[in-house]
Amino acid sequence: MDINEITIIGGYNKFGEPEAVRELTVKKGEIFGVVGPTGSGKSNLISDIEQLAQRDTLSRRKILINGEVPPVDMRRDPRKRRIAQLSQNMNFLADMTVEEFLLMHAKSRGIEKEGIVDEIINLANKLTGEPIKKEYNLTILSGGQSRSLMVADVAVISDSPIVLIDEIENAGIKKHEALELLAGYGKIVMVITHDPVLALMTDRRVVMKNGGMTEIIETTEEEKEVSKKLNNIDNWMLLMREKIRHGGRLALEDIEFTV
Amino acid sequence: MDNLNKIDKTNKKDIKISIVAGTPGAGKTSVLIHTIKNLMNAGHKPAVVKIDCLYTDDDVRYGKLGIPTLIGLSKDMCPDHFAIYNMEEMVEWAKNQDEDIDILIIETAGLCHRCAPYTKNSLGICVIDATSGPNTPRKVGPFLTSADVVAITKGDIISQAEREVFRERILEMNPHCRIYDVNGLSGQGCGEIADEIAETKPLASLENEELRHNAPLCICTLCVGETRVSKKYHRGVLRRIDGFTKYTGE
Ligand SMILES: Nc1nc2c(ncn2[C@@H]2O[C@H](COP(=O)(O)OP(=O)(O)OP(=O)(O)O)[C@@H](O)[C@H]2O)c(=O)[nH]1
Ligand SMILES: Nc1ncnc2c1ncn2[C@@H]1O[C@H](COP(=O)(O)OP(=O)(O)O)[C@@H](O)[C@H]1O
Ligand SMILES: [Mg+2]
Ligand SMILES: [Mg+2]
Ligand SMILES: [Zn+2]
Ligand SMILES: [Zn+2]
Repeated sequence: MDINEITIIGGYNKFGEPEAVRELTVKKGEIFGVVGPTGSGKSNLISDIEQLAQRDTLSRRKILINGEVPPVDMRRDPRKRRIAQLSQNMNFLADMTVEEFLLMHAKSRGIEKEGIVDEIINLANKLTGEPIKKEYNLTILSGGQSRSLMVADVAVISDSPIVLIDEIENAGIKKHEALELLAGYGKIVMVITHDPVLALMTDRRVVMKNGGMTEIIETTEEEKEVSKKLNNIDNWMLLMREKIRHGGRLALEDIEFTV
Repeated sequence: MDNLNKIDKTNKKDIKISIVAGTPGAGKTSVLIHTIKNLMNAGHKPAVVKIDCLYTDDDVRYGKLGIPTLIGLSKDMCPDHFAIYNMEEMVEWAKNQDEDIDILIIETAGLCHRCAPYTKNSLGICVIDATSGPNTPRKVGPFLTSADVVAITKGDIISQAEREVFRERILEMNPHCRIYDVNGLSGQGCGEIADEIAETKPLASLENEELRHNAPLCICTLCVGETRVSKKYHRGVLRRIDGFTKYTGE
């Protein structure tokens, strides 16, 4: 089955009031943003989609695929669900090596591919300043390493037509590149973010408040321009950061930067 | 297990039995509370028994649902052995309620990794905590490997990749189980557990009912109260750390 669009039928906010946005459809090829203060229900919205909620979650939302209630086995079996989710949980709890974990995850998705572990680790290492090795235990990875590995894992192993992303900023990773890697081509992408660079990379964004969807905003051309400039500032910050981490010193000329 | 044999109302309808096992704190009660609400909404009349070793306040939590609730404490006995031994009493108790109970749910303590209290014609539900890590399914033994239904809790606090790895490990240990991702806090997935319970065949009698998994072969002097450590005091089926197993005694 080709997944062309998902529809979120509004439920109730934390106070039990109907959500202002009653219906929201996101189509193939669109990057859709989710914004709102902490505790406003952003993660909850994403997890409703991941679970293909049928009025059985806190919010009582209902999720449709191509305008229809998804089949039962799609809800139950992650291999058939075809939704990739990068959740907010930053750290791994599993006591395994990076290699063991990636192989096991590939197996759970029915993927057998020569060199998949190296492929993922190489991708992850492009997003973080601290290289990951396959014999490392997952639990010792830093926040930035965990996040990069999760992004690369989602991009390669969980490669799916629907991609849900919960805050890739925070940890020291190249977020713009990470989002591009995850978004791929012709997917349905929803990204939660507090970051103006990422928020403005989207086509539209929904504003969350008190657990409910309150408003949908379209990104203007002007905002897209702003986004590009902000991204330059961002990469420059990352550069400074790496310099400091590697024992370097910063000079005034390092910040002679024009937007 | 007092007050068991008050009134004896015969010819009540046959009861569907679900036995729920899982490590302490896995989320059994949280999941069952949502599940029972679903069952009640569908017109069923469930009753719950909680078996634990020394202490539990699960009866207070179940009590809030307004359904018959019974506690059994096994004290120094294996709680699963205790549950099995008292199965008939529990069914009697359920049948003796004023209401026409049609579903009996037994929540076990799940401390023993060698026993599984599921019987052949009851529904065996294993509740397992995804945050316990993907090696756990390999360790917990028969209450996972002989379950019909596996409910994975606390998936909300790990990544999707870890959830999928955890699920794969469960399938390695029990390839034929039906797995559900459930959330003990929000109740997500509990509707499906309720459907599983409601679709179980009722059990006419425990007369010929058998366990799915043998209780452990060990019965030794320690089991019956020996406290001295030295080998010379021990009789029965004994296994050395190198795996050598022998029977000592008559
Ligand atoms: N985050 C999260 N917490 C959960 C979930 N399910 C249960 N919990 C929490 O886990 C703790 C233990 O839950 P219980 O339902 O009491 O567990 P139990 O298996 O019945 O415990 P015992 O009867 O003592 O063996 C509680 O604090 C619950 O709120 C879940 O899906 N997600
Ligand atoms: N529609 C809703 N109804 C009830 N509770 C909600 C709803 N949306 C969110 N919540 C609860 O509010 C809390 C914060 O939500 P969360 O999604 O984590 O917020 P955010 O990701 O924006 O910080 C969570 O405990 C969540 O379960
Ligand atoms: Mg969040
Ligand atoms: Mg309990
Ligand atoms: Zn035992
Ligand atoms: Zn013994």
